[in-house]
Amino acid sequence: MMKIAVCIKRVPDSETRVKIAADGKSLDEAGVKFALNPYDEFAVEEGLRRKEKAGTGEVAVIALGPAAAQETIRTALAMGADRGVLLQADRIPVDGFETAQLLAAELKDGGWDLILFGKMAIDDYNHQVGPLVAELLGLPCVTAVAHLEIEGTRGVAEREVEGGIEVVEFPLPAVLTADKGLNEPRYPALKGIMAAKKKPLEVKPVQPGAGAIEVLALTLPPERKEGKIVGEGAGAVAELVRLLREEAKVL
Amino acid sequence: MTTVLAVLEQRDGALRKISHEVVTGARRLADALGSASVEAVVCAAGPVGNAAGVGSFGADKIVTLTNASFGKYAPEGYAQAIAERAKNGGYRAVVFPASATGKDLAPRVAAKLGVAVAADITDVAVDGGAIVVTRPVYAGKALLKAKVAAQPAVLSLRPNVFTPVERPKAGTAETVAVNVPPGRVVVREIKAAPAGTLDVAEAQIIISGGRGLKEPANFKVIEELAKAFGGRAAVGASRAVVDAGWRAHADQVGQTGKTVSPTLYIAVGISGAIQHLAGMRTSKVIVAINKDKDAPIFKVADYGVVGDLFEIVPKLTDEIRKLHG
Ligand SMILES: Cc1cc2nc3c(=O)[nH]c(=O)nc-3n(C[C@H](O)[C@H](O)[C@H](O)COP(=O)(O)OP(=O)(O)OC[C@H]3O[C@@H](n4cnc5c(N)ncnc54)[C@H](O)[C@@H]3O)c2cc1C
Ligand SMILES: Nc1ncnc2c1ncn2[C@@H]1O[C@H](COP(=O)(O)O)[C@@H](O)[C@H]1O
Repeated sequence: MMKIAVCIKRVPDSETRVKIAADGKSLDEAGVKFALNPYDEFAVEEGLRRKEKAGTGEVAVIALGPAAAQETIRTALAMGADRGVLLQADRIPVDGFETAQLLAAELKDGGWDLILFGKMAIDDYNHQVGPLVAELLGLPCVTAVAHLEIEGTRGVAEREVEGGIEVVEFPLPAVLTADKGLNEPRYPALKGIMAAKKKPLEVKPVQPGAGAIEVLALTLPPERKEGKIVGEGAGAVAELVRLLREEAKVL
Repeated sequence: MTTVLAVLEQRDGALRKISHEVVTGARRLADALGSASVEAVVCAAGPVGNAAGVGSFGADKIVTLTNASFGKYAPEGYAQAIAERAKNGGYRAVVFPASATGKDLAPRVAAKLGVAVAADITDVAVDGGAIVVTRPVYAGKALLKAKVAAQPAVLSLRPNVFTPVERPKAGTAETVAVNVPPGRVVVREIKAAPAGTLDVAEAQIIISGGRGLKEPANFKVIEELAKAFGGRAAVGASRAVVDAGWRAHADQVGQTGKTVSPTLYIAVGISGAIQHLAGMRTSKVIVAINKDKDAPIFKVADYGVVGDLFEIVPKLTDEIRKLHG
């Protein structure tokens, strides 16, 4: 029996061309396609596999976000999660601690064996909500897990560090955040998509606090200076090396 | 006196180089705050080689927090020791590297302090007394400027951005033994990458290969070029070749791989998909080698060579060898 919660975030699809909104502080969402955060796909997949392995249990997915995040939850339900909870707010806080507090309040007393997160959201690049929630709940935590073995209530995880792989042991219940490589997420099959429509999705309104991080501006990065094509084929190499030495001064 | 706490990193009792970047960033913040001091702290089982050397990058004081369990990274023990020090010391800010360990440690400490992390920042300034950070979001497609009102502000610095600057300070050293309960989460070992392989996240020069290499064995031409730089270059990869199993995920650059900012990034047989650019567009100089003159990689490249990589790269390797020969 494995009781697993997975926190998932609705994010702009990774192909999104960023346009800045009129307020100069946020993304212009017109025409933007949203998706389940790719790292959270690994987390959902891992949850499903752990439950399948245990034979019985539950995979619940929890998202904090606007009403439209119901779609994100349906995606996870279509992959095979059992039920969803939307903590509905007008906006997702910029301050990760605000998000973590709301998620922790929902997860507290859930009796989870595992609480899974993505290692980071591809929109805010914050890589913190998982370990923040773990601290708030007082649970052991391993981040950026790329390989996982669980035997009873003991787990061994591997995570990439500079120049090697760190092998980490931990007891369950635990909070883990998923890195790419942990597994190959399944695509929702048509049957799953149909079934997802009938799965329970509870909506609970929440009020995120203002937090201590205030956005001043969102801007496009400075354009890279127009580059040049040095030439074609091996004949251009001498000139390339000269430019790298004399102009760019990197050799 | 206002103080900024800089959290350094050691492995096997030796200070990691990224520590110099953390001290440099902390010094920049301390100066912007107006004659604040920088205290550097490192968790270790015993003395850390060359720790006092961070004085030359602007640390007024360096404190080694020792515990028998601190030889390897001890997530819970480190977090407790640093959070306690941060709480008692009244620091204005706590600065971490956004390294693999820093990304794990910073949020643990932040949670104990009841604040969020301003993560992976590329710049820090002070405006009217408030700490203002800049951080890339949406995979580097936008820059977010934000005021951090948290007390203390917990920041993590993107690697390879805060180039170490010599700023000699006293660098007085002190060792403090700390008590922490045994951790539940225990690092057993670090399975090291083969000797001599440099991690893309830390390399000053990166040669990345993509699907244009055609087959895994052909990565030899990339490795030869990397070698020609005499140990300063790492081999990177696009996701296409990582997913195909040609290269390890550790080598992947991009949105679902590593974010890198080397001095020189050479993309070979890589088309330049938006998710790849996300990981390398802040490189100082980008070179692209691709047979398709319309490949998007040329849009971000400072220098491009159009043509067959199997002719161009070996020639480039020869030229680089001559320079370093
Ligand atoms: C959610 C998500 C996350 C992703 N994350 C990442 C990521 O982290 N990193 C990443 O890289 N990608 C990522 N991708 C994948 C990305 O979209 C591209 O599919 C991938 O980067 C393509 O890899 P490539 O450039 O090696 O291959 P291709 O796009 O196939 O390009 C190969 C290039 O080689 C050139 N070529 C072929 N033969 C030769 C020759 N003989 N000489 C010279 N040039 C030659 C071709 O002209 C072509 O431009 C992600 C995608 C998604 C959806
Ligand atoms: N609004 C949210 N709702 C649910 N889960 C979230 C939310 N924001 C972040 N997370 C989870 O926390 C992980 C890390 O996010 P971040 O710290 O924002 O990079 C994500 O991969 C999700 O698993």
